[in-house]
Amino acid sequence: MTTRIGVVVFPGTNCEHDVVRGLRAVDADVEVELVWHGDSSVDGFDALVLPGGFAHGDYLRPGALARFSPIMTAVTRFAADGGPVIGICNGFQVLTEAGLLPGALQKNSGLRFLCTTVPVEVCTSRTALTGAVAAGAVLRLPVNHFEGNYICDAVTLERLHDEDRIVLRYTENPNGSIDDIAGICNVEGNVVGLMPHPERACDPLTGAMDGAGLLRGLIGVADRKALAPT
Amino acid sequence: MKFDVRVEVRLRPGIADPQGATIERALPALGFEGVEGVRVGKSIRFRLEAPDEASARDEAVEMSLRLLANPVIEDSDVEVTAVSAGAPGAGPAAVAGTAATAGTAAAAAGAAVEQAIR
Repeated sequence: MTTRIGVVVFPGTNCEHDVVRGLRAVDADVEVELVWHGDSSVDGFDALVLPGGFAHGDYLRPGALARFSPIMTAVTRFAADGGPVIGICNGFQVLTEAGLLPGALQKNSGLRFLCTTVPVEVCTSRTALTGAVAAGAVLRLPVNHFEGNYICDAVTLERLHDEDRIVLRYTENPNGSIDDIAGICNVEGNVVGLMPHPERACDPLTGAMDGAGLLRGLIGVADRKALAPT
Repeated sequence: MKFDVRVEVRLRPGIADPQGATIERALPALGFEGVEGVRVGKSIRFRLEAPDEASARDEAVEMSLRLLANPVIEDSDVEVTAVSAGAPGAGPAAVAGTAATAGTAAAAAGAAVEQAIR
């Protein structure tokens, strides 16, 4: 059975084609399809990606309105059933606003829009995104955001620590994120949000290949879901 | 009854406000000395149909908690003003009646934060 990955497109999303290309570059056999935010089903997909951009124009707050898109009901159910869901950049903001991940992303410290490549440490390999990368590995990944400064209360931070839910950490914190957090996951590890863009580091043409390992991990999890009896 | 509602959303105490800090640094350059504690927020206004002022306020507070503010990083204040019947073009300036400020939604926001943590 062919593995199918859905890439959710909201009005204002702009990284969906990067994600499609990145996934196909890593595995030419994987089927990748765009899913419109107004759809109400994600049936048949083995993994979902919420890509970067400005869903609903980032009106009110980044991600705040996307959670009301019809597709989010299906995404939430898919995640609750253990389906892999990855939110990249604006997708991470959508996942926090939708309550699928705790905390929030506020404006970068220094009020600076960041468009650069930063070193990021993989803190755990138990998640839907990091299964093909060893914990401790340091990847160079592009970041491209204004609201990437992760924050949560002390209780949440302690839980993230205790439950091994900090997925990625900046080794040189570019945006003021608490505890250098670049990515987190839910308790089960199937829902992951991260600010860096692994899909933009999957082609030698762009000068970096470090994102490929992360996407390979996601495709691996999706492959297993595709093979699993339903 | 109709009510004019104003919801003020601002960052919670302790949350860094880089916009406020930048403005605070800029003001002395124009000669405005002695300014401190600048915080930048949003003001959201709308008109709301409700049976009475208390229910209008309750509904607006609920809106703040569920959409208008993100309780993880923001607090909100709700101000409700009855629109007097017959006030021509009743905008905020033409409004009579009582203004009431519902205390900050911080306590309830705390509960919402608890719920958001999974």
